[in-house]
Amino acid sequence: MSQLSNLEIGGVPFWQNRNVRRALYNAIVYALLIGIGLIILLPLSWMLTAALRGEGETVFTVPTSWFPTESFHFENFLRVLTYESYPLWRPTLNTLFLVTLNVIGTVLSNSLIAFAFARLRFPGRDLLFRIIVFTMLLPGAALLIPSFLLFNQLGWYGTYYPLWVPAFFGNAWSIFITRQYMRSFPRDLDDAARIDGCGYFGIYRYIILPMSKPVLTVLAVFTIVGVWNDFTGPLIYLSNSDQFTLAIALDYFRRSAFSTMSVNTTNLVMAASLLSVLPILILYFFLQEYLIGGISSVGLKG
Amino acid sequence: MADIQQMSVRTSNIRQEPKKMRLARREAIAAYLFISPWIIGFVLFLLIPIGISLYASFTRWTLIGPPPRWVGFENFEQIFTRDRYFWPSIRITLEYILLTLPPGLVLGLSLALLLNQKVAGIRIFRTIFYIPAVVSGVAVAILWLNLFNSEVGAINQVLRTLGVVDPPNWLQSTQWVRPAVAIMSLWGIGGTAVIYLAGLQNIPVHLYEAAEIDGASGWQAFWKITLPLISPTLFFMLITGLIGSFQVFTPALILGQGTGGFFSPSTELRFYLVHLYTVAFREGKLGMASALAWIFIIMSGIVTFIVYYTSEKWVYYEESGENNVTAIKS
Repeated sequence: MSQLSNLEIGGVPFWQNRNVRRALYNAIVYALLIGIGLIILLPLSWMLTAALRGEGETVFTVPTSWFPTESFHFENFLRVLTYESYPLWRPTLNTLFLVTLNVIGTVLSNSLIAFAFARLRFPGRDLLFRIIVFTMLLPGAALLIPSFLLFNQLGWYGTYYPLWVPAFFGNAWSIFITRQYMRSFPRDLDDAARIDGCGYFGIYRYIILPMSKPVLTVLAVFTIVGVWNDFTGPLIYLSNSDQFTLAIALDYFRRSAFSTMSVNTTNLVMAASLLSVLPILILYFFLQEYLIGGISSVGLKG
Repeated sequence: MADIQQMSVRTSNIRQEPKKMRLARREAIAAYLFISPWIIGFVLFLLIPIGISLYASFTRWTLIGPPPRWVGFENFEQIFTRDRYFWPSIRITLEYILLTLPPGLVLGLSLALLLNQKVAGIRIFRTIFYIPAVVSGVAVAILWLNLFNSEVGAINQVLRTLGVVDPPNWLQSTQWVRPAVAIMSLWGIGGTAVIYLAGLQNIPVHLYEAAEIDGASGWQAFWKITLPLISPTLFFMLITGLIGSFQVFTPALILGQGTGGFFSPSTELRFYLVHLYTVAFREGKLGMASALAWIFIIMSGIVTFIVYYTSEKWVYYEESGENNVTAIKS
């Protein structure tokens, strides 16, 4: 009310008033934010709606039901985990196994390597680091066939080795962001530790490693998301459906459900998809600062 | 103890030198031990595979069957002249890049500008926009497979409500299947918006303040300040987008149901990497696939070369300070 009278006292048309313009501007910003937010969320919400449909129920309703309002068959999630022809609990455990090994390998190897590049002086350091930066730019797909040839020669086809062993040997992108982070600590720390009788490994273990927790969390989160979602690696190296990871099992499940079932199983396929997405979404909501921070700090993704 | 050391440093340079060298050598040995995993990995998982595949590209090397046989340039010759999928795969990949990259760059930047607005609750929206970037590509593709269903799928229902009488057949249509994949990939554009956002937040605020004092409109500030200062990020995204789009794979395998069968892609979605995958693992021609991989390595090498040798002009690695990140030079 008082604002309105202010407008009139000012003697300018209301659309030129600062406050009105600001409010209008904010309204447009919110309209766009909400609109785009809906475009992103509605498909996921449809996925949930479809996943909660009961057996024999129509998934593709006309008009489309975007929100779960009628059926809440939460047992669908349990059903896909224990589905008789292809239970998904096993791929879930397989994926967890690979995620665990990859996280351990990534954190361990990259922190060691990055420590040397960040805190120690040695001949050839700058040249080697340039090579690392250079290999960062090599697209992963270019190495698809070359790596397969090697692992196939080693007899690793059909085993998990190609999917976790390389994690223990560092990765250019991870070395890069970890090194950048470790460089930011003052040099005096190392000197003080050395005077106290700390060796190089002691400096790494007791000084730098504890201080690097944030960046190592970024690495861990990225590794979890990357390994959990990886499709190409398991597709190429795993031959037995007992070994499948969730990403690949999901498509396998969809295809076998599609070909063997006479009834519509879209609800179960959606429940399986949601199940594969949910742990990552939960992780994301809790650790999003690390994920988004990790991306914006380097301006690079994986 | 410290006094004696100091004295010896002051009095005798000759005695100090070997000790310093000994320390330096110890440090170097320790350092090489620390980085040894990377050196081993670099040789084992990068140099050797690349070497093997270079050799393989000149051989007839099959998944199962006789040992590799040297055939010279036959694989390359066959790819460039007789492979009926090679040039189409390049063409549809380039077409896909045209379909996704320019809209992706514009939308990504627009989204970042929107997320850079100082309004209440903006972090919630940032969280939402980024969701597609973390969820599994397979689950997303399966989801869109259903959304794109031409009869009862949600997208065509929306289109019909909007008055489109005859909406596209999407995945069943040779004309619309690639736009469908492009739309799906643009749904995940929030992932790149976050990178632009970091670039935007690196722009010093005082520039905008100065512009406002000088009476510049928001529009002018965008063209004269934001765009020039964000251009390094834009260029970076262009290059990575170019290489990234050449690797489109998962959606093509999931969405391209094609002739049926386990993981056999349709012709319409035979992008470069899909073609390479098919040659290697469907047809078992590893030698030929190695040649295709090498063509890809050389192509992306050219792009990478451009990035690397011009990067000094737009990227610098900040040497010190708390903000120890790759900053985009302004």
